[in-house]
Amino acid sequence: MKGVLTRFSDPDLGRSVLAEIQGKAEAIGRPLTFMEVCGTHTAAYSFTGLRDVLDDAVRLRSGPGCPVCVTPPGDIDRMIALAGGDHITCTFGDMMDVPGSGSSLRKERARSGRVRIIYSPDEALQLARGHHDGETVVLLSVGFETTAPAVSSVLRRAAAEDRTNLRVFSAHRLLLPALRVLLCDPEVNLDGLILPGHVAAVLGRAAFEFVGAEAGIPAVVAGFEVIDLLCALDCLLDMVGRGEVAVKNRYGRAVREMGNPAARGVTSRVFEQCDVQWRGLGTVRGGGLRLREEFAAFDAAPLVPDDEVGDADPPEQCRCGDILRGQAEPGDCRLFARICNPLRPSGPCMVSREGACSTYYRHHREESLHG
Amino acid sequence: MVEEPELVEMAHGDGGRATRELIDGLFMPAFEEEHLSASDDAAPIAELSGEWMVSTDTFVVSPSEFPGGDVGKLAVCGTVNDLAACGARPVFLTAGFVLEEGLSLQLLRRVVRSMASTASADGVRLVAADTKVVGRGSGDGVYINTTGLGQTMPGVELDAARIVPGDRIIATGYVGDHGMAVLTHREGFPFSVPVTSDCASLWPAVETMLSDAGDAVKFMRDPTRGGIATALKEIAEQVPVDVILKEEDIPVRDPVRSAADMLGLDPLYLANEGNLLIVVHEDAGERVVSSLRSRRGVTAPRVIGEVVEGSGAVRAVTSLGGTRDLGLFAGDPLPRIC
Repeated sequence: MKGVLTRFSDPDLGRSVLAEIQGKAEAIGRPLTFMEVCGTHTAAYSFTGLRDVLDDAVRLRSGPGCPVCVTPPGDIDRMIALAGGDHITCTFGDMMDVPGSGSSLRKERARSGRVRIIYSPDEALQLARGHHDGETVVLLSVGFETTAPAVSSVLRRAAAEDRTNLRVFSAHRLLLPALRVLLCDPEVNLDGLILPGHVAAVLGRAAFEFVGAEAGIPAVVAGFEVIDLLCALDCLLDMVGRGEVAVKNRYGRAVREMGNPAARGVTSRVFEQCDVQWRGLGTVRGGGLRLREEFAAFDAAPLVPDDEVGDADPPEQCRCGDILRGQAEPGDCRLFARICNPLRPSGPCMVSREGACSTYYRHHREESLHG
Repeated sequence: MVEEPELVEMAHGDGGRATRELIDGLFMPAFEEEHLSASDDAAPIAELSGEWMVSTDTFVVSPSEFPGGDVGKLAVCGTVNDLAACGARPVFLTAGFVLEEGLSLQLLRRVVRSMASTASADGVRLVAADTKVVGRGSGDGVYINTTGLGQTMPGVELDAARIVPGDRIIATGYVGDHGMAVLTHREGFPFSVPVTSDCASLWPAVETMLSDAGDAVKFMRDPTRGGIATALKEIAEQVPVDVILKEEDIPVRDPVRSAADMLGLDPLYLANEGNLLIVVHEDAGERVVSSLRSRRGVTAPRVIGEVVEGSGAVRAVTSLGGTRDLGLFAGDPLPRIC
């Protein structure tokens, strides 16, 4: 496996593919705008320096593919309210600093010492097992089609053990319906889409066919190594050059035509689709997951003191919503790096390592401020 | 019959018989120091002449033992390397221990022995020590504070003000080993990474290098928390100059790179405990690297970048020729790594 991955990050190969790409972009003769939908791609295109190298010819815009960033303020406040309650709360590290209306999970941890960072949903089940006195463990669950199968699998095991002191607060979002909403927006003007490799590994390439049909732009499923990132651009430039509109797969070692039916199966036994708020996109029909009736005993939502938490507005002047739709770049926001920074984030795109603002703050701060 | 493990009890901190037993039975045999006396409140040390430097640091790493080291070794190396980075030969050390009730005495013995052998390898002498015990739950195992006194090497002038455009930046070893080793060795961490901490004293290597290169060495930093990126950013802002790193030249072990990738971390921000950043005159880069090669604790000495005119930015040039800024570490510092 190491050999394979080394090939996909080979610097000499990378430089030669890059030269080809630059040639193709020049031949097309007009500046192009592609969107990388996935936050991991946003971070990777910056980390490898590709965003910087290509800037004149190919403008890469971030999309709504960071689950922390798209979680709306109301859900954040609900999670913080849960963390302030009389139970153990666990969450993935990226959620800790997302600012709510009055607090954050990190502040709640400092206050109560009962908020834990976990790396896998399995750890939440282990915590619940460790609390024989029945103390409740709440998993704040955030993520796309990729994370839901692991959470589902944990919940099925919890159900088999009748371990109802484990509860899940589902802030899960489904990327596919949101992408549809985004592409229907007349203000969104793109020449091509770089599709999220991880989500596609679950859904399959075929699930994205609608991009070509409905939005009329080429799209490519991409992996995350340097060569993957380059090949995706190369493929898009070829299609743009030929005027071809298709959805291609350049991450064949992980993504199959029909994806991973077993992963989708386990999710659909535990969760069902529902309409939810997305930051930046408003209500997305079928854009979220809630627990099925059979798993109601594991739902943490009823534990939220509902009278205290409404649907808060996003912070004033914060442009996370526009940034998530590719309508603005972090440097366009007046708060960016002046008031909003990773230590004191105004909005979630500055918090998650895969958020556009955090990525630009770390890797392109000077040019974003002055460019 | 299984023997009950011996544990630290509150009585070990009462200053009476149990404290005496702990000191005489566990600490004194490890350190074999004539200066250490269980009964005196302060220790005399030989007359100090010339210029001395003092450095203090507290070590709270969790877990107390990790691949490649333990909190005892770390407590010596950390302070020794801080002195070494200032060009001072570490000579004397004091140590303060905070022990949690319930700590295994066996573990404490291992930590103390490791501390003693690390110190004696560099000829560093423990001249004063203290122990306190806190109730179970009020601490986590063992915390150690060390203070080091070091004698400045004659003829060496390490000063950030000497840094000018053209100077080369050298790293003495693989980047991020300590941070990754400790992070992934924690209880409950979902996968293991074949990497050990780089925790090591770099004084012998620094001493040889300073004798060989003398004036060409302008400044050094010990890039612990925040990694090499944060340390370089601090240097760049202090002078101020810009620093350009060539990413391909920065030594990162494959498992560290892969695991960092998976966890969304940048190895350049991971902690090191046996690495030094050395700023040298532009003609001296390769000479200093050769002098460092195959010295104890030096794992991969390389020129990783250079100083250019500017106002405090640090940039990495990637293999594709693009650049990315490296700012001060901001965000969630990994839980206790040193």
